[in-house]
Amino acid sequence: MSLDASVAVRRGPLDVQLDLAVADGEVLAVLGPNGAGKSTLLRVLAGLLPPEDGRVVVDGTEVWDDVGQGRHLPAHERRLGMVFQDGLLFPHLSVADNVAFGLRSRGVPRTPARTAALGWLDRVGLAGLGDRRPGQLSGGQAQRAALARALVGDPALLLLDEPLSALDARTRLTVRAELRRHLADFGGSTVLVTHDPVDAMALADRVVVVEEGRIAQAGTPADVSRHPRTDYVARLVGLALLPGTGAGTTVRLDGGGAVAVAEETVGPVFIAVRPESVALYLDPPHGSPRNVWPARLVSATPHGSTVRCELDGEVQLIADVTAAAFAELGLAPGSAVWAAVKASEVAVYAR
Amino acid sequence: MPRRAPLVLSVAAALVLTACGGPADEAGGAAGTTSGTGGHPTGTLTVFAAASLTDVFTDLGDRLEEDNPGLDVQFSFAGSAALATQITQGAPADVFASANQAQMTVVTDAGLADGDPVVFTSNVLQIAVPAGNPAGVTGLADFAREDLALAVCAPEVPCGAAAEDVFAAAGVTPRPDTLEEDVRAALTKVELGEVDAALVYTTDVTAAGHAVEGLDFPEAEDGVNDYPIAPLADAPNPAAAAAFVELVRSEEGQEALADAGFRAP
Amino acid sequence: MSRREAGVPVPLMVPAALAVAFLVLPLIGLVVRTPWADLPDHLTQPAVGVALRLSLVSATAATALSLLLGVPLAWVLARSRIRGRAVLRALVTVPLVLPPVVGGVALFLVLGRQGLVGRWLDETFGLTIPFTTTAVVIAETFVAMPFLVISVEGALRAADARFEDVAATLGAGRWSTFRRVTLPLVAPGIAAGAVLCWARALGEFGATITFAGNFPGTTQTMPLAVYLALQRDPEAAIVLSLVLLAVSLATLLLLRDRWLGRSVAT
Repeated sequence: MSLDASVAVRRGPLDVQLDLAVADGEVLAVLGPNGAGKSTLLRVLAGLLPPEDGRVVVDGTEVWDDVGQGRHLPAHERRLGMVFQDGLLFPHLSVADNVAFGLRSRGVPRTPARTAALGWLDRVGLAGLGDRRPGQLSGGQAQRAALARALVGDPALLLLDEPLSALDARTRLTVRAELRRHLADFGGSTVLVTHDPVDAMALADRVVVVEEGRIAQAGTPADVSRHPRTDYVARLVGLALLPGTGAGTTVRLDGGGAVAVAEETVGPVFIAVRPESVALYLDPPHGSPRNVWPARLVSATPHGSTVRCELDGEVQLIADVTAAAFAELGLAPGSAVWAAVKASEVAVYAR
Repeated sequence: MPRRAPLVLSVAAALVLTACGGPADEAGGAAGTTSGTGGHPTGTLTVFAAASLTDVFTDLGDRLEEDNPGLDVQFSFAGSAALATQITQGAPADVFASANQAQMTVVTDAGLADGDPVVFTSNVLQIAVPAGNPAGVTGLADFAREDLALAVCAPEVPCGAAAEDVFAAAGVTPRPDTLEEDVRAALTKVELGEVDAALVYTTDVTAAGHAVEGLDFPEAEDGVNDYPIAPLADAPNPAAAAAFVELVRSEEGQEALADAGFRAP
Repeated sequence: MSRREAGVPVPLMVPAALAVAFLVLPLIGLVVRTPWADLPDHLTQPAVGVALRLSLVSATAATALSLLLGVPLAWVLARSRIRGRAVLRALVTVPLVLPPVVGGVALFLVLGRQGLVGRWLDETFGLTIPFTTTAVVIAETFVAMPFLVISVEGALRAADARFEDVAATLGAGRWSTFRRVTLPLVAPGIAAGAVLCWARALGEFGATITFAGNFPGTTQTMPLAVYLALQRDPEAAIVLSLVLLAVSLATLLLLRDRWLGRSVAT
């Protein structure tokens, strides 16, 4: 199950032209600011909006859209599941009936549909809540139910439209971690639309940054954040996201080394470090920072008044330093430096 | 169908515009004969009159205005029952002309009439049929036929009461499809060809023009409807009220009524 | 001072109180003028029961017909992108401004014996509509359906159309989406529209007496009976009005409790 899409569509002043390919089991994040055309892309893939040009092909042979051939498969005939920003559970149906909706639409009899729905509610941690009304669920529970509703029909393509943005910060962490697990189990292709780089980094195998309807950059999350091709991408995805295991106020990184953090954590986590919070020194600094590592400067890319520095060493980091400081330090690719980060500047996400 | 359009429009317009007054000034109004009331009345005269009097009274009002510069005659034409109710509720009218005795009695019983009402004209029933009489209606007995669409006025309204009288006199048990709330409504259904016959007043047939034909029948004499008129006790303009009643009863007034299909009392 | 907790600002309170007085005082007038002593006599007249039953049956049938035709029309007005929708909407609301009597004449021109469709019905099937209970239902539907259409269209516009997108992504076709998602979502609006429509149909006079005529048992509904009673016996008319009022109030209160009340609660 794979997705090959090349679509062109115009929405008001916005001219969207995007090419995507997503392999089986792969999660592609489409990252960009509001109004970049991300949601428009999802609506086209879902069949809710016919493209003006292009093709959408699933599994290599299943043609969902082919403007040249005049083919447009309506949304309800596509094997897909979609999760919307604020869940959009049908308010007049129970949670179980919401989850069973897709199966019933596709002709599954009532009883097996309900059994499957309850099974999925169990999988997303909502066992026993099937008879509730959506209004009686918390935001996180509603989004889990929405995910179950999208996945219960075993779709070829899963579309996630800002699935976490309506949640409060705390709920977001837990739901994001669960979403990651379910995506890992999902055999089809996933397209995740988000404006939050953390979502993209934590959930996606590949990232496509969209700017004004065009692809600004594509690659793995680490690649895009290390080698941003435009100022915009640099500002948006400057994040270093490293997996590790929490033990108190220390996170032991999977790639080796340890990071001191401000809050206590336990179990698998990501730590995230923004490039502007990484300071570079030629000699080991003394004083407050608890996180200091030796590193080698791999590449340096100027962006406006700052220089994005890619660092290699025990801990893979990215640093933004001002052009003046960069010159003062006399840095060049290959230089040996010390990188320092305050514990309070390290964000931790459950994984 | 195209030939019917003007009729249909006029019917619709008439329905909308009922109570908005009658036709415009009649050309070359004849000289009035309203002397003898002691000078020319002025001010505003308000006449409450049965709807069937609309055309004749509007015409007579114009003549009275012509003879009496400074006099403004206003009419309120409606069903007699509605007018009687309005008068007992204190409506500021000078004259009341009713289409039957019963509604005049409502006013006199309330002590609101100035003197005894006088019958100034009467109206007899006619059988109204659509132009050409497509159903071949010949007389009152046809109102017992079940295969015809027939309209009769409801017994609650004057023309219905008169209809009951003529049917009783003729020994006919009518089988109407609808009991109409007033003569005009019955006539509309004849004009539209939706009923084969309706029992209405002669004056209404006369006023309806070419779309409707009237058939006289002998039993009509048993359902004659008398029209009483009276100035009102609380009339704001008693002089003008007297002048109007006098005009209606004058030879000139009676001629105008006869032209419209009314009969002498 | 503690009155402030009621939370109704004076500039709203005063006109609202005036509105209540304006709407309720005439009803009180009716009640005050009711000849209570003669009430049993008036009420036990068989004609009253016949007219009341006919009114309830025909208003309910007209509401059912309005739902059957009006809800789909409201959907077309709110959701479809057909051309000339604005014109269509204006046309649909014409019965609201048309004097009902003219509406009755217009119905004759279409469905009467000599009407465009009526003549064909008569010649082909021997069916004539005027002066039948069917004509009452048609006249009431003609006048009352716009109320339903406007309410339901408003509810559809206010409803979140994204739910329909969700249903589509879950494999539901447009009809299935309408039935399983749209309809339940706007159910409170449909209920409100149906109540409005029923109330209007129950009070309908002009179009009914013109197109259906007036005959006890087949076409004489309560408003017609009231009007005619007014010609001869105003007291009887007041009693009849009171009966119509009581029955419609009771029905509306009952429905509101068990129907609107519940959907608002969820």
